[in-house]
Amino acid sequence: MSRAYTRFLLGKALPHFWCPGCGNGIVLAAIARALAAAGLSPTEVVVVTGIGCWGKADDYLNVNAFHGTHGRALPIATGIKVNRPELTVLALMGDGDCATIGGNHLLHAARRNVGVKAIVVNNFNYGMTGGQYSSTTPGGKATSTSPFGNPEEGLDIARVAEAAGANYVARSTVYHAAQVEAYIREAISAPGFGLVEVASTCPTYFGRLNGMRTATDMMKWLRDVAASLNAARDLSEEERRRRIVIGKFCDRRAPDFNQRYEAIRRVARESGFNPGVVNIGR
Amino acid sequence: MAREPDVRYLQGNEAIAEGAFAAGARFFAGYPITPSSEIAEIASRRLLELGGVYLQMEDELASMAAVIGASFAGVKSFTATSGPGFSLMQENLGLAVMTETPCVVVNIQRSGPSTGLATKPAQADVMQARWGTHGDHAAIALCPCSVQECYDLTVMAFNYAERFRTPVVLLADEIVGHMREKVVLGGPRGVEVVDRRRYSGEPEGYMPYLAGEDGVPAFAAPGGPSLGRANSSMHDETGFANNTPENATAVIRRLHDKVYNARSEICHVKEYMTGDCDIVLISYGATSRAARAAAMRAREKGLRAGCLTLTTIWPFPDEAVARVCRRAERVIVPEMNTGQLIGEVRRAACRPDVVGLNKFNGLGIDPGEILRKIEEVRT
Ligand SMILES: Cc1ncc(C[n+]2csc(CCOP(=O)(O)OP(=O)(O)O)c2C)c(N)n1
Ligand code: SF4
Repeated sequence: MSRAYTRFLLGKALPHFWCPGCGNGIVLAAIARALAAAGLSPTEVVVVTGIGCWGKADDYLNVNAFHGTHGRALPIATGIKVNRPELTVLALMGDGDCATIGGNHLLHAARRNVGVKAIVVNNFNYGMTGGQYSSTTPGGKATSTSPFGNPEEGLDIARVAEAAGANYVARSTVYHAAQVEAYIREAISAPGFGLVEVASTCPTYFGRLNGMRTATDMMKWLRDVAASLNAARDLSEEERRRRIVIGKFCDRRAPDFNQRYEAIRRVARESGFNPGVVNIGR
Repeated sequence: MAREPDVRYLQGNEAIAEGAFAAGARFFAGYPITPSSEIAEIASRRLLELGGVYLQMEDELASMAAVIGASFAGVKSFTATSGPGFSLMQENLGLAVMTETPCVVVNIQRSGPSTGLATKPAQADVMQARWGTHGDHAAIALCPCSVQECYDLTVMAFNYAERFRTPVVLLADEIVGHMREKVVLGGPRGVEVVDRRRYSGEPEGYMPYLAGEDGVPAFAAPGGPSLGRANSSMHDETGFANNTPENATAVIRRLHDKVYNARSEICHVKEYMTGDCDIVLISYGATSRAARAAAMRAREKGLRAGCLTLTTIWPFPDEAVARVCRRAERVIVPEMNTGQLIGEVRRAACRPDVVGLNKFNGLGIDPGEILRKIEEVRT
């Protein structure tokens, strides 16, 4: 079979619907390359999307696809993965999808350590609905619903996922495209819940309202605002908050949900499915 | 081969869980809520045994989403809840309609609004089961009135879900969910189980929403030779977005018609003493037991009462209701709400004079109340 990453892309669906300078295309290509590098065939892959600009990514991917509801990509993907562990299941979500309306599902997918891989494009606002603030919009930034500055602080998706129990968490930016692909590749091969957060450009809204009118401005911003995990160690908490810390946050090998569920099934079977005779330290 | 009948003494909720497994369900996702939690508890144990998976989700939005994901992956799946959880499931119930993903949602109705008289019985989610999710859509809802029906109708719910590729609501109530009765599992010829039609053509030729003559598309699970695609957005046969007015008209029409054209197959009612009745009691769920007892007592008093019990409430059994109402002088609709299904009865029968008997205080309707209503309206 061809190893070309283009077999994961739907050429006939192009040109895509994203604005010029949008970072989504970079992440899309990174996914296709990572899937090809993993030696997978399109039939072995399921992509689940929510709703948003990034949520339209399934339109361009030649794999099994479920285009769901805003915020619910993770539980849909969970239902698929726990029943068909042999499939590679990716949940593609914007920051709104993943961390705002779907924030509760993020916590629990990570805690459950279900073998879904979340690829989150964080453009710091709701692109699809006209650039309103999201749970990741940094404090003080302008959006279409915070024209004088955001009164709330932004959420650090990667650190939340790490704290909640994800096996694999990494963050990069669309400026660092090769790193994005490498992280997605690693996440796919790691067991359990994986999350790759990609800080991205939305020149149409977030950029325009915050002094970065062009894609180039936004790319330069991502280049300069990014700080590696190592470099970030020397920064104060305050300084760190103003940067985007990139790198691999964790790479654990804890058994995933299915492994643990099957272990429980063995215990149950040995007991003759009689909970009364199982010693679990009661 | 005839088998020994498997006779048990079960609670309604237990019979629902067993019905689901008999129908082939191997995945349950839910969030506990009284009076439905027994179903989750049984599923957590039995699915380990049956080789399936039980997942306790973080909320009912996630439960409904996971059930849909599982079914998209090819596994028959269900959830069980009550009022507050049913409300949270509404958006993704629509997702199951739009993506044509078979699944069963059990709602053991309790009193509302909101936390209300938790966890007392009610029949107040009748309209929510029909119109709770936004947008135009068909709905199938079945109402059991005995433990046996809890079992039988759960199997039927799965069969309709698979046959029509749509979510089906088993709309029970606390009384039926918690009552204990004798139930025969399996039946002498086993349970008749329907599975969704699978695509068997060339892998490249698969179109996820190309409907057959019955309006229902063939299914291909991910991981097989064809690529599966489900889409919550308006889409055409290919599964890709298509927002033209012509396509939207065709899709919404088909989603409606695939269910409504099969009404004679889906709509089930039971008639008791309707042949000669002057007064007919139209009811569903637990209330229909009281209605039957009341009709019997009325007969003893020389009043010709009869009962029409609606097993299927959505689609509404228009023909049966119209036929029975045509013969009766008076029509009474007892229900545990302020009057929900009565509107459908009036519409189907073209009779504004249909009388309601409505109770919404957390107590079931008893035969004496219905008998008094019969005596009141007969003049
Ligand atoms: C329940 C619900 N609420 C609101 C919306 C409207 N909506 C669609 S996409 C979106 C936000 C998208 O933002 P994000 O997830 O960050 O993705 P982006 O468009 O930035 O890629 C919103 C609010 C919706 N579709 N569903
Ligand atoms: S609005 Fe922003 S996120 Fe959406 S396509 Fe345009 S640039 Fe990309």
